[in-house]
Order: sequence, then C-alpha cells, then structure tokens
Amino acid sequence: MSTAMPYALEAIGISKYFAGVHALDNVSIKLVEGSFHALLGENGAGKSTLVKCIMGYYQPDEGQVLFGFHQQEISSPHQALMLGIGMVYQHFTLIPNMTVAENIIMSRPQLPAIINWKKEMAALRQRMEDMPFAVSLDAPVTALSAGEKQKVEIIKQLLLDTKVLILDEPTSVLTPTEADEVLGKIKELTRGNGLSVLLITHKFREVMNFADEVTVLRKGKYSGTEKVAGTNPHKLSEMMIGRELAESSIERTQSTEQTPLLSIRDLVVSNDHGADIIEGLRMDIRGGEIVGVAGVSGNGQRELMQVFSGQRDKQAGNILVHGEQYSATREEMRRFKLHCLPEEPLKNACVANMSVADNLVFRRFDRAPFAWRRWLIKRRKIRQHAQELIERFSIKTPGTDNPVGNLSGGNVQRTVLARELADDVSVLIVANPCFGLDFAAVEDIHKLIMKARNNGAAVLLISEDLDEILKLSDRLHVISDGKLVHESTPAEADLAMIGRCMAGHGVDHDNEY
Amino acid sequence: MYRLIESILIPVMALLLSLLVFSVFIMLSGSNALEVLATIYRGAFGSWFSWQNTLVRAAPLMLTALCTALPARIGLINIGGEGAMVVGGLCAAVVGISMNGMSPMVVMSAMVITGMLTAGCWVAMIGALKHYRNVNETISSLLLNYIAIAIMSFLILGPMRDPATLNNPSSFPIGEANMIGNIGESSIHWGLVFGLVVCIALWFLMRRTSFGFAVDMTGGNIRAAQISGLGVGKLIIITCFLAGAATGIAGVIEVAAVHGRANLSLNSGYGYAGILVAFLARHNPLAIIPVAILMGGIRASSGLLQRGFDLPDATTLVLQGIIFIVILASESLYGRIKWLRPMAVRHG
Ligand SMILES: Nc1ncnc2c1ncn2[C@@H]1O[C@H](COP(=O)(O)OP(=O)(O)OP(=O)(O)O)[C@@H](O)[C@H]1O
Ligand SMILES: [Mg+2]
Repeated sequence: MSTAMPYALEAIGISKYFAGVHALDNVSIKLVEGSFHALLGENGAGKSTLVKCIMGYYQPDEGQVLFGFHQQEISSPHQALMLGIGMVYQHFTLIPNMTVAENIIMSRPQLPAIINWKKEMAALRQRMEDMPFAVSLDAPVTALSAGEKQKVEIIKQLLLDTKVLILDEPTSVLTPTEADEVLGKIKELTRGNGLSVLLITHKFREVMNFADEVTVLRKGKYSGTEKVAGTNPHKLSEMMIGRELAESSIERTQSTEQTPLLSIRDLVVSNDHGADIIEGLRMDIRGGEIVGVAGVSGNGQRELMQVFSGQRDKQAGNILVHGEQYSATREEMRRFKLHCLPEEPLKNACVANMSVADNLVFRRFDRAPFAWRRWLIKRRKIRQHAQELIERFSIKTPGTDNPVGNLSGGNVQRTVLARELADDVSVLIVANPCFGLDFAAVEDIHKLIMKARNNGAAVLLISEDLDEILKLSDRLHVISDGKLVHESTPAEADLAMIGRCMAGHGVDHDNEY
Repeated sequence: MYRLIESILIPVMALLLSLLVFSVFIMLSGSNALEVLATIYRGAFGSWFSWQNTLVRAAPLMLTALCTALPARIGLINIGGEGAMVVGGLCAAVVGISMNGMSPMVVMSAMVITGMLTAGCWVAMIGALKHYRNVNETISSLLLNYIAIAIMSFLILGPMRDPATLNNPSSFPIGEANMIGNIGESSIHWGLVFGLVVCIALWFLMRRTSFGFAVDMTGGNIRAAQISGLGVGKLIIITCFLAGAATGIAGVIEVAAVHGRANLSLNSGYGYAGILVAFLARHNPLAIIPVAILMGGIRASSGLLQRGFDLPDATTLVLQGIIFIVILASESLYGRIKWLRPMAVRHG
C-alpha cells in the first residue's frame, strides 16, 4: 500500500439505530496509518457498535467506511478480513470445545478444503515464537481462563497478518502487567510493521502510555479527537461524561465482628480435566470484612468461584456459613443471603435471549411478589421491579423487554450487579467485578461492594487486578497453583513479595504460611 | 412485535417454499402439481368428512410433538416420541386387558394413567442419562425408540397375541366397553380433546408459571440457572417426564380409541412426525395445535392422492420430509431478515 495515503481507515458520518436506540449519531473516526488510536467512552456510548460497523458486522444506517487507498466499502466481516482488518471482539468468539491450535487455524479467511494439520501445526508452532505471549496450543478452549482466552484471540488476529487491528477492550480481562506486555508488543508492531491499531479501552493509563491519538464518544455522539501528547486524563474524562468527575473516597467503617461468617475448610476442587486444581484450601472471613484473593488467572480462581455458584461440585472439604453447611442450593443461597458475581456475566450469570426484566428476577421469580403462591408468574410486577432497578443502578437499556444479550458489555455487568446487590447480602463472592466497566462504573461498584461490607457482609473478592484488591480488601491472600501462598493486609503489603508469589516462586509450596 | 411477526412469517415462507419444491418433485414424477396440491387440500380440509379425518390424525400429533417441544425448551433435542408412544400404548393395553370386566370408567382412567406414567419414565430416563452421565440425548432417544419397538413386536407377536388376528397381528382386545368413544355423532374420538387440553395446559405451565420460567432459564443458559441455585437435574427430569407423559396419551388413544387393542400400528410414524410439528411450532405448545392440524391434513389426504393420481403412498411422506428440511434450514434466518428490521424501529 502506498504510504502517501495518510489514513489506513476512515469512518465518516456513521449513524446506527437499533429498535428504540440511537446507538451512533453521525460519528467519524480517522485512523492514521501506522498509528495507535484509542477509542474512549462510557458503557453504552456506542464504541462496540462503531467498530462493528467498520468490520461490516453491522451495516450503518448512514455514513460510510473507507479502507485505505482503495476507498472500499466493507459489507461483511469476511470481506474485512480479506482486506486485512482484524478484530478482537469484546465477547469471546473462540469455539469452546476445539483446541487453541484448531481455533487459530480455522480462523483463516481462506482455508483449503482439506487441512494438512501436521504441516499447519508445524508452521503454527514456529510462528508462535514471535508472539508476545505463550499459550498452550493443545489445550481445549473450555479449559482456559478469561485472560488466556483473550491472549489466544489476539494471537489469532496477529497471525492473520492484519494491517488494521481493532481491539474491543482486550485488556479488561488481563492483569495490568499482562496488559502492558500485550499493548507494548502491539505498539512495537505499529512502529516496525506498519500495523494500525484501534483500541477500545476504559483505562486512561493505557491510553496515556500507548496511544498516539484518542477519539472520545459520548452517548452515541462524536465528542472529539485529541493527540495523546497534548491531553490528560482529566480532560478526557470531561469529554467522556460532559463534566469533571468528582474525586470521591470510599468510606470504610470498622467492624468489631470476631467470629467467622464464612469458613472454607480443606476444600478440594478439580478442574475440567479431573485434576485437583484446588487442594485443601482453608479460609475464614468475618462479617464486615473483605478478603481479597490475588493471583494470575488460571490458578484455581475460576473453580473456586464455581463451587460457590453451584456450577461445579467440590471433591472434598466444607464450606460453612454461620457454621452451617453450604452446598449451593437455591434454598441455602436464599437463607444465607449468599450472592455471587462471576466474571464474564453474560456467559455465567445471564440468559442472553431473555429480557432484562427476566434476568433481573432470577433470584426471586418464584417468590412473592413476582409469583402468586410461588407458582403463577406476574409479568407486570417483574417489569415494575426491573424499571426500579434500571433506574437505581443506571442500566442503559432501551426497555425492560430488550434481550439482555443486546446490551453493551458494561450494562450486562450492571444488570447482574443490580440483581445480586439490590437485596440484603450477607455473603458476597465476587470475581473480577470491574472487567469492562468505565471509570465511573468502577467507582460505583466499588462503593456497592464496600456498602455490603459495611452492612456486615462477608466478602470474598477474587480479582486479577491487584490495585483493586489493595484498595478494597481488609486482608488479602495470594493464590498460586490452587493454594493460598501469602497473606497480608493492604497496609503492610510487600508488593515485591506479592509479585513473586503470584508468579509462583515466592514461597515453597509444601509449607504453607 | 418484531419477534412475533418474524416467528409467523418465517414458518409461513418456509411452508410455501417447501410446497414449491414438492411441486417440482410432483412434476418430475409426471403429474400436474397444481392438481395434486388441490387434491391435498380437498383431502385435508375440503369437506366435513375430510376435516374429521384430519382431526383424528392431528390428535396424536399434538401429543407426540410435545415430546420434542418440551425437552427442546430446556435445551435437549429429543427424538424419542415414537418409542414413548409405543411404550405408553403397550403398557395401557396390558392394563386394559387385565382389568377387563371392571367398571369402564376405572379401566379407562387406569389405562391413561399407566400410559402417562410409563412413557413419562421412559423419556425421563433420557433426561437423566443426559444430565448425570452426559449421554447424548438425541442418540439415546433414537436408540430407545428401537428398543421400544422391539419390545412391542416381541409382546404382540408373542405372549400377548390374540390368535384370532391373522393378517394384522394384535394383542387381545381391551373390550368394547372400555373404549374411549367418539365426540357426539362425529367420527372424531375424544383423543382430540386430550390433545387440545394437554397442549393448552402445558403452554400455560411453560409460559405463565415459575416452573416454565426456570425451564427457560435452564434451556437458555444452564450456568445462569445454576448460579441462581436451581436444581437443574430435577428440572430436566421433570420436563422430560411431562413430555413423555403427553406422548404416552397418544399411545393410549391409539389403543383405546382407535383399534381397541395394541398392534404394530402403534409404530406408524406419529412419533417422528411429531418432531416435525414441534420444530414447525418452534417448541411452543400452543402453536403445536394448528401445526398438528396442518400435518394431520397432509396425512389425511394420502389416500385420496393414491387413488386419484396413482402416486405412491410415500408421496405425503416426501412432502413431510421436504417441509422438515426447509424448516430446519429456516431456523438460521431468525433475527437476520433485513427488511423486517426497519419495521421494528418504526414500531419501536
Ligand atoms: N443488537 C442490538 N440491539 C439493540 N440495541 C443494541 C444492540 N447492540 C447495542 N445496542 C445498544 O446500543 C448502545 C451502544 O452499545 P455498545 O455495545 O456499542 O456500547 P459500548 O460503548 O461498547 O459499551 P461498553 O463499554 O459497555 O461495551 C447500547 O445502548 C446498547 O444497548
Ligand atoms: Mg462494548
């Protein structure tokens, strides 16, 4: 391609309507060739919709997308791929029961009718050496954690020799260190190989450190484009929400509770392959206390969460709430007021084709006032309830009857939060609650979690974001290889030590602290 | 609104397309397609006589369709309707024959209950195998069909056989008094009422009760059901039981309303045709009613076609097959019809 053409990709005057929503209104974005361009905006601002229009996944109602020198219109994702535009979607697109290698190879736009797997695998292994991160090629995708899947998605695109790479919140499931590593590598590619990158993110840090230019959307409208060198997070957040964000601190009350509310006793849990991934985990959490579990994804966090949410059976050990057995039945969840906020809410906690209103009553649809004699569903009450929660938790949705799968990523998260945190909570299990949320929402959610704690709930916070754990927890553990290998408090935290423990060579595994 | 239009428009278009393909098939076999279609219409809905024929055939279809429709709502693709109908009919016949002589009301109720219980357990087994042992439900239900048919052949050709039945081997009769009769003066038996009532009742259960809500949750995303603490295994088994129980009634009707004894006609394809009805109705128990009537009509016209055009008996089966394939293919169209979308926006 000629270098005289300054733009790798232009989207001009794009408008997109969905039933009842004006998702994009005359938005333009120009991606300079070989540059790293960031796209910012609140949850539901239309970022994903814009890039889906660019990819030909949606047809814009107005405006056009021009690709490089050819001023080409793009009518389908396949065509976009052929032109060299690759995208990593906000929701995973990997085929779960195929292996990583199969997924990568199958994603090529022009596959021969008969695949020579041996040759392809050899070629793939060789090319993997240049990739920014290692993934196990033979692992089935189901066995991967969110972070690992995201790496595979990015590698998949990099291997396709894309000229324009669009990333929809790729780092929301990565730890800050991982994110820096990934984005650093991608930035190198924009310098050396003429790759142009469009990155959607909620993290100012990433914009300031890696991007050359940044475009901001506000409520479906174009709010401006800035050179990163000439702007700062304050200015950007003002562009995003139309006002400056007031600094707020989260209040933390002191709890005097001494007896543990939630106890985990010698818990053994196996992973999808039947190997024990958590072996003999012990932990106590008092009421009014947040205990953080830090660690690199894939060290048993997901399985631990699933035991609480009833999505996985434990092999041995006990979970006690108020000294009573907990085995993830509906009755116990209700009696103990135990609530879970898992990662990837659309996949783990929502039914995508059911309405927002229905998704908001999953805990209570068989109780008054939503069911007459626990049996007859009252749709009107369910809608009313949804209306209230939508307002209280500012979920952006065109209506209560909209399928939850059509909401923007952040608003799906809010829907689950609204469902789980609206009622009284006495035990709260949270995993990576802020993945994919804008800064205002992160603040909101941290406040909600803190509020539950201040009201006497025992909170288990599993997070790959160490900053989040340091900010919220009263005590913290590091999990590595299914074991708790380090305990400390945020005040006394030794970051170097924690880092070493997370990497798996801090403490001798055989003798626990 | 948009979804409703879509869920009516797509099946209707699919039906029209299958009629087109069928016409090509008829022309290739040397008959006049328009005349054949007109004859099918006459044979199905042309007169009160053909309506009666149609409704008699629609009744079991309503019930067997539920065998696929209910499990589909909870995420299982069950094709075990044929086997469930055979099991229900056969067991009802055993009860009917052995209770012969007791008050007809008691015998009839016992037959219906037996048919429901046995067929219900039969299909519940498919759900249990799936949930607890992860056995693919489509395969297991298909295999169970063969097992049911084999058991039936063994019993009817062996221990239960009435020596008086020569051409059409059958069991001993359940007795004239114990037969479920016809509605008024018509030739439509009470099975139609069973079909209608069961479809409406199950529609209500699925759409209006907390049970149906839980089934939708589980079928939509089993993880979301689990995180809400629902007993997923129990839900799957109960749903499968209900599906089987409905189908069992179809077997009872075949025995107690049509033949008065169990014979090999229990396995005459109603179970398989029910799969087609369920998919056409998009697994909505209420929509099953009109679709079953439509399919019943096509089956009813078979005789007329044979006599009028010298077309083989299988012709209507070909039509059924074409419809099935086109319907399955049309499933992929939902949410993708572009010119319908702007309408949705305008009606907002
Ligand atoms: N398929 C759809 N049908 C109806 N409405 C939709 C659909 N897709 C998106 N929307 C709506 O369009 C708006 C913009 O959504 P979009 O996914 O682009 O937001 P986003 O900026 O990516 O937000 P997030 O940061 O939460 O991912 C939202 O209000 C959303 O509800
Ligand atoms: Mg998005």
